[in-house]
Amino acid sequence: MIRGGSRYNYKVHEFAVAQSLLEIVEQEALPYSGARVTGITLRIGQLSAVVPDALRFAFEAITRGGIAEGASLEIEEVPLRIRCHQCEEVFTVDDPFMVCPRCEGSDVEMVSGRELEIRSMEIEDGDKAR
Amino acid sequence: MEIKLVKDILEANEVIAAQNRAFFTEQGVYVVNLMGSPGVGKTTLLERTAEGLRGSRRMAVIEGDIATSRDAERIAAHAIPAVQINTGGACHLDGNMVRGGLGQLDFGGIELLVVENVGNLVCPAEFNIGEDAKVMISSVAEGDDKPLKYPLMFQVSSVLLLNKVDLLPHVAFDLERFRADALKVNPRLEIMPISCSTGEGLDRWLRWLEERISAQGA
Repeated sequence: MIRGGSRYNYKVHEFAVAQSLLEIVEQEALPYSGARVTGITLRIGQLSAVVPDALRFAFEAITRGGIAEGASLEIEEVPLRIRCHQCEEVFTVDDPFMVCPRCEGSDVEMVSGRELEIRSMEIEDGDKAR
Repeated sequence: MEIKLVKDILEANEVIAAQNRAFFTEQGVYVVNLMGSPGVGKTTLLERTAEGLRGSRRMAVIEGDIATSRDAERIAAHAIPAVQINTGGACHLDGNMVRGGLGQLDFGGIELLVVENVGNLVCPAEFNIGEDAKVMISSVAEGDDKPLKYPLMFQVSSVLLLNKVDLLPHVAFDLERFRADALKVNPRLEIMPISCSTGEGLDRWLRWLEERISAQGA
C-alpha cells in the first residue's frame, strides 16, 4: 500500500523538473500583472530521463492554486538523432546507440535527444506592466 | 498571448553546478560524481578507495542518501571527512543540495572529493552538480541488460566500474555483450571490471584517479 500521498510522489525527479519549469513560468509571467498561464509547450528528448506523463502529473499537482493552475502542457518528444562524421549525414535512430547505422563507425555526435526545453507559454488576462 | 522562449528547464541547476565547479577549481580539488543502483557497492568502493589512497592523497566524501546517515558513518570510520546530505525523499542530488554540503567540509589539503549520489540509475544522470567526471558503478549481479535499459547514465559517464566480477562464475552475465552494448551507448566509456571484495581491478581505478588528481593540482 502506498501511503503518504504527495510526499511519496516527490520521490520521482519529474517533480524537480516540474518545479524548475514552474519557476521559469512564474518568472516569465512576472511582467504581466494578473496574468494566468493557460498553456506551455515543451520539447523533451527521447534520451532524457523524463517521462512525459509523470511530468504532467507532477506539474498539475504543484500548480494548484497558482497562476499556472490548469495550464495545458503540450509536449513534443524529440527523437534521438546522431551525425556521423564519416558519412557526413544525420540519422534518426531508435536505439540509444552512438553508432552510425550506415558505416557502423562511432565517430558520431548527438544532434538531438537530450532536450528538456520550454519553448513557449500562453498567457491570458495580463496587463503588461509599464 | 504567446510568449516565445527557448530555455533549458534545468537551467537554474546548471547555473549552480557551474558555481560549484568554479569553487572546486579554485580549491584545486578533483570531483567525482559516483552513481549506481542501491546495493551495487558505491560505499564499499569508497572504503576501498580510501584505503588505496591512504598516505598519498587526501580525500573527502559527500554522501547523498534519502534519509539515513549510515553511509557517512561507514566512510568516517576510515578517517575520511564525510558529510551526509539527506535529500528528504528526492531521488537524486542536484547542484543546490551539493552546495549545501560544501560549507560543512574543510577543503584545506583535500585533493579528491567523491560525491556518492542517491542509489538510482535514472534521475541522477539528468542533474549536474559541478563534477569533473561522472563515474557509474554497475555489477554483474544486476544483469547485463543495463546499458539498454538505462542508456542516459551510461551515456553521461566517463568511467564504468563493473563490480562484483568475482561472482561471474555464479551468475548468468554475458560480459562481452554488456561491454559491447555499453560501448555502443557511449563509445568513449572507459570500462573497468573490479571486485571490491577481492580487490581485483582496483589498481587500475586508483591509477585513473591518481592521474586526474595530479592533473588537477598541476
